[in-house]
Amino acid sequence: MTALDQTLTPTPQLEVAKKRRWGRYVLPTYSWLVIAYLVFPIIIMIFYSFNKTIGSMQLVSFSWNGFTTQWYHQWSNVPGLTAAFWLSIRLALVSTLIATVLGTMLAIALVRYRPPRFRGKGMFEQVIFLNIAAPEIVMGASLLGLFVTFNIGRGFMTLVLAHVMFSIAYVTVTVRARLAGFDTALEEAAYDLGATPAVTFTRVTLPLIMPGVLAGAMMAFAISIDDFVTSNFLSGTSVPFPVWVYGATRVGIPPQVFVFGTAIFTVGIGFAILSIVLARKKA
Amino acid sequence: MEQLVPPDHPGGVALRRKRRVGRALAPYLLSLPSGLWLLLLFIVPLLLMLSLSLKTCSPSTGACVMAWHWGEFSSQISLYHQEFITSLYFAAAATLVDLVISFPIAYWIAFYGGRRKNFFLLMLLVPFFVSFVIRTIVWEFVLSNNGVILGALKNIHLLPHGFHILGTSYAVMAGLAYNYLPFTALPLYVALERIDRRVLEAAYDLYATKRVGFMKVIMPLTVPGIFAAFLLTFIPMFGDYVNQEILGGTSNTMIGTVIQNQFLVTLDYAGGASLSAILLVVALLGIFLYARLLGSRTIEQYL
Repeated sequence: MTALDQTLTPTPQLEVAKKRRWGRYVLPTYSWLVIAYLVFPIIIMIFYSFNKTIGSMQLVSFSWNGFTTQWYHQWSNVPGLTAAFWLSIRLALVSTLIATVLGTMLAIALVRYRPPRFRGKGMFEQVIFLNIAAPEIVMGASLLGLFVTFNIGRGFMTLVLAHVMFSIAYVTVTVRARLAGFDTALEEAAYDLGATPAVTFTRVTLPLIMPGVLAGAMMAFAISIDDFVTSNFLSGTSVPFPVWVYGATRVGIPPQVFVFGTAIFTVGIGFAILSIVLARKKA
Repeated sequence: MEQLVPPDHPGGVALRRKRRVGRALAPYLLSLPSGLWLLLLFIVPLLLMLSLSLKTCSPSTGACVMAWHWGEFSSQISLYHQEFITSLYFAAAATLVDLVISFPIAYWIAFYGGRRKNFFLLMLLVPFFVSFVIRTIVWEFVLSNNGVILGALKNIHLLPHGFHILGTSYAVMAGLAYNYLPFTALPLYVALERIDRRVLEAAYDLYATKRVGFMKVIMPLTVPGIFAAFLLTFIPMFGDYVNQEILGGTSNTMIGTVIQNQFLVTLDYAGGASLSAILLVVALLGIFLYARLLGSRTIEQYL
C-alpha cells in the first residue's frame, strides 16, 4: 500500500469521528439555520404588527417608527378587512363541514370495497390524484369559465362550491390513511350483538375513525382559509381575507393585516401543538 | 335482528332483499356525492375550458362560438412564449434550490430527530400557519431597499447604496423558494423516514463506507420522494403569480399573471383558456409520468 492510498482510505477511528461530527455538529447547525430561515419572516410579521405609522394614512411602512399596541386595540377599524376576515371564517367552516362529510364517505367506500363490488374505484383514485396535482390556477380559471358559461353569479355560493371541490381530495386521502388499519371485527361484533347499521356506525365506526376525520377537517379548514388563487377568480363581490389583502398591496396595507396574520398564526400553531401533545399522551 | 324474523316470513325476505340491495349499492351511494361534486366542478370545467380554447369570442358581447380555432394556441404561444420561459425558469430554479436546502434537514430529522421528530416537522410546516399572501408581503418588507437585511448591510457599507433586490428575478425566486419549501421538505422526509434501517445496517455489515451507504442505499430509495417533491413544488410554482406580482418587476412577468389578466381584466376568455390548457398539458406530462412510474396512489404518502 502506498502512502497515497493510505491517505485516501480513512482509518476506522477517523470514520467514526467524521460520522460524529456530521451527526452532532454540522447537520444540526444547518438544520437550525433552515428552521430560523423558515421562522424569520413570521417574527418580522409579528414585529411589524407593533409598528407605528407615519402620517394620517395608517398604512404600514418599511421603516421602524416605534412601538405601539394601537393596532391590536383597533383591530376591527378597517371595515373591508374585518368583513373579509369573517367571510373567510364562514367560508372555511361551511366548506370544511361539507368536504369532511363527503370526503369521509368516499374514503370509507375506497377502503372497504374493491372492483367487483365497486366499479370505478380506480377512476376515483385517478381523479383524486389529478385534483391534488393539477395547478390551482387552471382549476380556478376553468371554474370561472364554467360559471361565466352558465351565467352563475359569483359570490359566497360559488366560493363554497370551489372550496369543497379542492378540499374533498385532501380529506379523503387523510381519512383513508387512518382507516387503513381499521379492525372490521369490531363492527361485526356490534352486528352480532344486534346493533343496526346506523347504531354500529355512530357508536363503533365513527368514534374509531374520528381522529382521522378531525385531521382531514383541519386540513380542509387550513386550505380553505389560506386559498388565494381560486378565490381570486371566483370571489366577485364577496371578498375573502387573502384576496382582500392581495388587493391592498396595490394601495397600501393597513397594519391590522399583520394583527390578523399574527392572530391566525397563534391560533393555528396552538392547535398544532395541542394535537402533538394529545398524540404523545395517547402513545 | 336476523334471527328475530323466521326465514320463510314474507316480511323477512323483503327485509333481507332490501338489505342485500343496500349492501350492493353501498360503495356507490358512499362515493356518489363526492363523485358528482368532482365531476361537475372539476372534470366538466376542465373539459369546458379545453373547448372554450377552441372557440372564438366576441369581445363586445362576450358570446363564444365553437370555431375549432386551433390557431388560438399558436397565436397565444407566439404572444406569450417569453412568460412561459420565465415561469419555467423561475419554477425550475426555485425547485432546485428547495431540493438542495431541504434534503439535509429532512435527512437529519428522519435519521437523528429522535423523540423531537414531531416538533421539527412542525417547524418545517411553520410558514403554512401564516397566510400565503401575507408571507409574500413580509418578504417584500424583508427584501426592501432599506429593510432589515439590505438596510443593515448598507449601513455597514457592505453593499453599495443603489443596490436592490426587490423587482429583480432573484426576489421572485427567493419568494417562491421560501413559500414552497415545506412542499419539498415533507415528501423528502417521508421517503427518508420510510427507509428500512436494516437495509442500511446490512450495507455497513458488508463493509460499505458511510459514503457508499448513502450513495447506494439511501439515495436510490429516496428517488420516489424526490420525484414527488419535484411534482408538488414545481407544478404550483409554475402557475404562481403572487410572488412575481408582489416581489418582481415589470420585466419578469410569469404566465399566471397573463392568465389571470385575460380572465379578470381583458375578459379574453378564449385566450386565457388556451393558455390554461397549455399550462395544464405541461402539468399533465409530469403527472402522467409520475403515475406511470410510481403509481398514482403513492403521492398520498407524501402529502
